Amino acid sequence: MPMSDEEIFEKVKETLVDALGVDDDEVTPDATLTGDLGAESIDFLDIVFRLEKTFSIKIPRGELFPDNILNNPEFVQNGKLTATGLAQLKQRMPHADFTNFEQDPDINKMAELFRVQTIVNYVKTKVA
Amino acid sequence: MRWIWIDRFIEFVPGKRAVAVKNISLAEEHLHDHWEAYPVMPASLMIEGMAQTAGILVGQARDFKEKVILAKITRAEFDDVAVPGDQLSYDATIENVAPEAASTKGIVLKNGQPFGRVDLMFSHIDNNLGGLKFPEENFVFTGQFERLVAPFLEQASG
Repeated sequence: MPMSDEEIFEKVKETLVDALGVDDDEVTPDATLTGDLGAESIDFLDIVFRLEKTFSIKIPRGELFPDNILNNPEFVQNGKLTATGLAQLKQRMPHADFTNFEQDPDINKMAELFRVQTIVNYVKTKVA
Repeated sequence: MRWIWIDRFIEFVPGKRAVAVKNISLAEEHLHDHWEAYPVMPASLMIEGMAQTAGILVGQARDFKEKVILAKITRAEFDDVAVPGDQLSYDATIENVAPEAASTKGIVLKNGQPFGRVDLMFSHIDNNLGGLKFPEENFVFTGQFERLVAPFLEQASG
């Protein structure tokens, strides 16, 4: 039987509490990983390791948290994602909500794509 | 000089688990200031002892080709203090090794009794840090570290 959204969220929450040392009530679906929960780069790997174990899934590198976007001049110009860059990122992150970000794809605001719900959405596609 | 915080390995299972011991001695000067009236082993140095035990385990898993750097103290809890005359054991197990990083779980024992838990993450820095370049030579695993583990590896290779 597939896991319910709620079960996935609870397990993701537990994972983030352990990986980031945050309190239960800080982990809301809307919380951003870096801004609200204080995640740093090594934490993203820690989160990937833990999700793989918790859900018995394989997470190919760059799939949950895409890499090689910001260092490509075709994708970034003047601190913003180009139309091509944005399209590329959307294609690679179907699990993220781009509603706000695509209004102003400033790379400094990219962190807002990485929310707790983003992880939940991603895990859903893996355990389905 | 490297500040080495483990005396020797007593178990080393490549790619899986390592146990190192550290005998705490009042001859160690840092204990005279920490503290004069009541010398105790600083928790930070017990974390370093675990980092060296686990870091060598992680390094050996990739044949000492990666530069393994402590990147995150995921957990560090101690229920008690350790004082001169105590023997510490750092029991480290590899949880994950990926191209760019590794994670370990560890138990710290005092005279054979568990009293602390230290979980760590290590970065393989050549595969990380946004493409920054580091010196070719492996400045992490120099002779002293390798000599600590050498007897076990010789044994394993027959």
